[in-house]
Amino acid sequence: MAKRKKFRMNKVSYASETIFHVIIAAFALMCIIPFIFIIIIAFSSAESLRTVGYSFFPTGTTMINFNAAFEMGDLLWRSFANSVFITIVGTFLALLISSMYAYGLYRSNYPLKKFFMFLMFFTMIFGGGLVPFVIVIRNLLGLADTIWALIVPMLMAPFHVIILRTFYRTCIPESLLDAANIDGAGEFRTFFMIVIPLSKPGLATIGLMTAIGFWNDWWHALLFIRDRSLIPLQFLLMEMQRNIDFFRRHAAMIGATNIDMTELPTQGLRMALAVIIVVPIAFAYPFFQRYIISGMTIGAVKE
Amino acid sequence: MDTLARRKKRTANIRRTMAITVMMLPGAIWLIVIRYLPMFGIVMAFQNHRPYTPNPGFFNNIINSPFVGLRNFEFIFFGDRAWNMISNTLIYNMVFIVTTTVIGVAIAVILTEITSKFFAKVYQTLMFFPFFISWVVASYFLFAFLEPTFGLLSDVRDWYMDPTGWPVILTSANLWKNVGFTCIIYVAAIAGIDPGMYEAAAIDGASKWKQTWYITLPTIKPMIIILNILAVGRIVMADFGLFWNLTMDSGPLQRATEVFDTYVYRVMISNVAGAADFATAAGLFQSVIGVICIIGVNALVRKINPENAMF
Repeated sequence: MAKRKKFRMNKVSYASETIFHVIIAAFALMCIIPFIFIIIIAFSSAESLRTVGYSFFPTGTTMINFNAAFEMGDLLWRSFANSVFITIVGTFLALLISSMYAYGLYRSNYPLKKFFMFLMFFTMIFGGGLVPFVIVIRNLLGLADTIWALIVPMLMAPFHVIILRTFYRTCIPESLLDAANIDGAGEFRTFFMIVIPLSKPGLATIGLMTAIGFWNDWWHALLFIRDRSLIPLQFLLMEMQRNIDFFRRHAAMIGATNIDMTELPTQGLRMALAVIIVVPIAFAYPFFQRYIISGMTIGAVKE
Repeated sequence: MDTLARRKKRTANIRRTMAITVMMLPGAIWLIVIRYLPMFGIVMAFQNHRPYTPNPGFFNNIINSPFVGLRNFEFIFFGDRAWNMISNTLIYNMVFIVTTTVIGVAIAVILTEITSKFFAKVYQTLMFFPFFISWVVASYFLFAFLEPTFGLLSDVRDWYMDPTGWPVILTSANLWKNVGFTCIIYVAAIAGIDPGMYEAAAIDGASKWKQTWYITLPTIKPMIIILNILAVGRIVMADFGLFWNLTMDSGPLQRATEVFDTYVYRVMISNVAGAADFATAAGLFQSVIGVICIIGVNALVRKINPENAMF
């Protein structure tokens, strides 16, 4: 009881705290409102769009946009499948590569540690730029218009390796690994039987961040993919936006300004697609953010 | 017997080193192919790059293309709109650095003063959400407000045709996406401060404001500095998605929204003769300025307070 009183003692007044609540709640709401807004738009009827436009308070609701989205058939399902594939395969490979690389940087008696650390660190402050990167992926590796162009460029993130190494350092005592070595376990055995199981929380953090990176990627599709059957969801969404926007601008240019925009088939449909893309993240997010926060603060604060 | 044991130990050591090196290989190969090979491509910035017809290939093209000195760089400095995009990039980044740091720290401080752990957690969860949204989806969010016919703010002006207001929109969008992340790092740094310090200060009569000014801020200063060294090092790099997707790549906005990365991309996909060389030169310029900035800022920080330097 006394402790509780003392705790309250060094606190701002109730009035100030109320003001803090208002400020921060306003900011927090601004972060989420755009998402709620497009959900509402996606459910708004065409009638409502015509009378009140995009509004938080539509005059009528409809499921038609979502039905239309699911009726897009092949185009939607294929890009959905592409996104799922690159996310799963990419995350798995990235985790394997990063966790092994971090292991070498973590083992204190590994003689090449400094070399590999520099090899990675240098790429964090200097790069060849966009064009040579594109040429390497496209011409040298010949990955253009293959699914691997969406996976290979993101297989390793130096920042993630550093977080993982810091995680090993804080959570796995090296004496444990030395003991395993003395008992005759080779490095591979030690790594897969001891380090991997012990670093599950760290791997979860990095895995989630990587998975979101793959799921949200449109940039590499923009650079490397022309084949419509290989585009991921994000790029599909981006392309649809561009095409409609082009049409709108073009229409304005040729003077056809009184085109009924509701006639464009994809107006609400695109909003529905955006909702469909965010929903997996929005639902999974509250559960995994704990991992991400703990992983990031370990990596960032202790580095 | 002794030498035998030692030799045995040495072979064991060599075997362990080999095993770890094998583990490092996938990552090392990735770094060399994806990060270091493009660095050789930098040579293109000084060349009139063209395919080596007898046997075209990455290395053959580079080896056999004629050098043209710094001609490709003239394009950056004398090309139309070039200075505009350079100043845009610098100004946007400076504004982003200041706003993200000030608001991020302010929110982190306020968040730690919220007594209810439940509310603090809810706020943090909501604020972190945009960090996981791609700029493509974010462009839809913005579109819902600015769309010229139905958009909530469509009456104000034709947003995608008029550059007025875009600096504010882009700054807000950048804050919207990144403050949650910055804030979480600062919250963690503040949580690491010994509560005894605050209690002692409170007993001595320091107000909450004074405690923030003299305890919280000095303690998280190293964190602020590290995050900003990284940010200043990237002062000529722009977030492509932010400037490309949110603006819908709309031509009339370019004066206010063109930045280095969008410019390089635009040059690269253009049909101008030698476009790839110009874009490489621009990219190299960007990388070199980036390295100079990061080393410069780090040296400056080291001079003021060696403990805060990054390397």
